[in-house]
Amino acid sequence: MKSSVIIFPGSNCDRDMDVALKKFGFKNQMIWHNDQSIPKSDLIVLPGGFSYGDYLRCGSIASKSKIIRSVIDFANSGGLVLGICNGFQILTESGLLTGILQQNKYLNFICKNVYVKVKDKKNKYFNNIKKDILELHIAHNEGNYFCSRDEIKSLEDNNQIAVTYCDQKGLENDENNPNGALKNIAGIFNKNKNVLGMMPHPERMIDKYLSGEDGSLFFENLLGNLK
Amino acid sequence: MKIKVIVTLKNGVLDPQGKAIQQTLNGMNFDNVSDVRQGKFFEIDVKENDENKAKSLVDEMCKKLLANLVIEDYKIV
Repeated sequence: MKSSVIIFPGSNCDRDMDVALKKFGFKNQMIWHNDQSIPKSDLIVLPGGFSYGDYLRCGSIASKSKIIRSVIDFANSGGLVLGICNGFQILTESGLLTGILQQNKYLNFICKNVYVKVKDKKNKYFNNIKKDILELHIAHNEGNYFCSRDEIKSLEDNNQIAVTYCDQKGLENDENNPNGALKNIAGIFNKNKNVLGMMPHPERMIDKYLSGEDGSLFFENLLGNLK
Repeated sequence: MKIKVIVTLKNGVLDPQGKAIQQTLNGMNFDNVSDVRQGKFFEIDVKENDENKAKSLVDEMCKKLLANLVIEDYKIV
């Protein structure tokens, strides 16, 4: 399986993602944002970081870069696009995903492990995943998901909420909501569920000695679903 | 010509920075401050002499980039 990670000026999780994808068997290539086209891929990843220094709004400048046209075309033709953290912000700014990631409710940069609940498994990302609750890492200042009432209803009706913040047992409440996100949302899909944006970083949880292995579950499962 | 744009958060959208500024002002004994909303100001030099045309271009810029209409409103002034 072939994957492509897009690098923007200010991306900083691109290499971690490269390591993770290769570790679980993807043949990964790194693509510069100024390139016009993306080589044939089964998966495109928009990595975390601070593209363009978070100027204007997080992800807004990157969402207008040259390569995004190809990413949008790829997504519209059914290709898998995964945006992590800043990648999620780029996906909402580009219009591939609905809503926006606002500044965290309590104005603090949050860097810690959290638990997220997998809300929908009828998709290529989470189908067959062995756990319903994953321990993943978050590191962001703008992760407070927000959208209009109509949009949230539509997300719920179409099962587009991918993962939500919860505790170890899966309880979703304000206490387990690190950034004030609407409905504890940590990640969402587009309507066809080929585009997934999420704030938590699975690529940071792929080593049982350094962090944890729930990120490994995510990548192994994704690869298995693509084969 | 120069066109000025003000982008603000929509009513009802949480503005934690505005809230922090308001609380700080209250702490500095500006007791009369009941709310602060923070926004952005742009001054855009457009190569265009017709004001209506310039404003219509800036309007398009606001919709496509300068404001995110999910949470923000804009005003061309």
